[in-house]
Amino acid sequence: MSVSTSNLPTSQYEVIDQPLDTQMTISMGPQHPSTHGVLRLELILDGEIIVKATPDIGYLHTGMEKLFEYKKYQQGIVITDRMDYLNPLGNNLAYVMAAEKLLQLEIPERAQIIRVLFCELQRIASHLVWLGTHAIDIGAMTPFFYCFREREKILNLIEAASGGRMTPSYFRIGGLMMDLPSGFENRCKQFLDNFPKALKEFNILLTGNTIFRSRTQDVGHISSEDAIDWGLTGPSLRGSGVNFDIRRINPYTGYENYDFDVCVENGGDVWARYLVRMREMEESHKIVKQALSRLKPGPVKADDPKVSLPDREDMKTHMDSLIHHFLIVTEGFNVPAGEVYFPIEASKGELGVYMKSNGGPKPERVHFRGPSFVNLSALPTMAEGEMVADVVAIIGSLDIVLGEIDR
Amino acid sequence: MAENQTDTTNTQEIIPFVAELTAHNQAWVSGATQALGESTIIVPREFIVDVCSTLKHGYQFNLLSDLCGADRGVEEDPRFEVNYHLTSIKTGKRLRLKVLLTEDDPHVNTVTDVWKTANWHERETYDLVGIIFDNHPDLRRILLPSDWDGHALRKDYPLRGYEPYSLT
Repeated sequence: MSVSTSNLPTSQYEVIDQPLDTQMTISMGPQHPSTHGVLRLELILDGEIIVKATPDIGYLHTGMEKLFEYKKYQQGIVITDRMDYLNPLGNNLAYVMAAEKLLQLEIPERAQIIRVLFCELQRIASHLVWLGTHAIDIGAMTPFFYCFREREKILNLIEAASGGRMTPSYFRIGGLMMDLPSGFENRCKQFLDNFPKALKEFNILLTGNTIFRSRTQDVGHISSEDAIDWGLTGPSLRGSGVNFDIRRINPYTGYENYDFDVCVENGGDVWARYLVRMREMEESHKIVKQALSRLKPGPVKADDPKVSLPDREDMKTHMDSLIHHFLIVTEGFNVPAGEVYFPIEASKGELGVYMKSNGGPKPERVHFRGPSFVNLSALPTMAEGEMVADVVAIIGSLDIVLGEIDR
Repeated sequence: MAENQTDTTNTQEIIPFVAELTAHNQAWVSGATQALGESTIIVPREFIVDVCSTLKHGYQFNLLSDLCGADRGVEEDPRFEVNYHLTSIKTGKRLRLKVLLTEDDPHVNTVTDVWKTANWHERETYDLVGIIFDNHPDLRRILLPSDWDGHALRKDYPLRGYEPYSLT
């Protein structure tokens, strides 16, 4: 049935006679299932090829850096949970260690081992979300469920220790919130024993898959010089052949004592970054095993009564503990004046905290160098010249979390 | 040495390094401190591009980890500061450069030509602290909406902002 065009109203828009010669600007809008958050990409397309890609961020900006200046040091820990919400323990660690460096506190060994244990568990959990969402964006739906099933086990472990799954706030300035619950070691060991089987399942599903390979190989290439120039760090940098892992080069919280390999691949494309993160999950598994075997009974808070909250029993029976508890909670503790930049190897790259103190109980300036913020700035370099369908694969390979980008 | 005490092997030892830098040009360094295991060099703002360029090409500080601005206080003079955190990927050393700026002239030259990553960091510093980077290829707001008034991280900007907080 043909429609006669004579009765249709004339268009108020200019009719383009040569539609194939013009470039189209589309907005891969803030609401999109594959942009991993509220990210807006302004794409100028020539057919299917991207001529220019401009990220537009700020949709999740909540002014966290300003909030830190109005909260006491220990109150800021809960704010850090909400930055990179897939790696909250990593954010906690960076903030807490920066404050500890200003205070020049000595952290007990058991607290350091447990910090490493949880950081690596958190790294595995973050990479599992990356893997599940990256695969499902490309079209492979099964790994998503498998990854989240494994992540559920890790979240249960974190919840057992701290009470929160995605907002644990487990670390404190001076050590940990409290010691591990009884039976934790066995549950953790159970998870560790099952995890290699799960990793094997992911490799069967994706690493040998021709469709996955052809969608990720030679896509989103960035050279190692460009990667360093754009500030890429973490797995995105190691996927371009640069051997830079802060756990190796500027070790913190005892990482120099653990035996693990730094995973580096030379491809510089989405496939190389995929391989780096898959191997990183194995290495984190190794580290957690080592940490678990080294646990010995001991204190989990630093020995400074002005900074670490006393035990509840102590507080209820001794007057000086009660006074210290009261002062720490209501007035906070004074941190000596100074400034410090503390970088850690978060799951997405170098998470750096620049903390400036003026001698009071509240920081003067806290700046979080979010790795996703910097990694996303390299997106135009990777995406220009690629097809529209590859943008999704490239965003997935950068592993961005908007909470960290926008803060 | 306790495990978390500051380890100075990874920060550029300041005094010999400053001597090397001032050998290039006496005016490049107007102050240097080393505290908590970290080295800070205060650079006058006219020379920041030269210093950064020398550090990147001559001393292998090829990664600009962070560029952040801070408001030192409404009463302070100079009011603003910009911190450049440099990292050397080969040697693992870190260094901080600091530029101090006054309130009535918060301009400093951009270092985007030295490290491309400075682009977004400088946009964020402009957006939140109000420091203007001359010769920046694309200096516009990045986190706050483009029609926002004021620079939110300044000390005289209220925590809740200026718009009346209304429940309807």
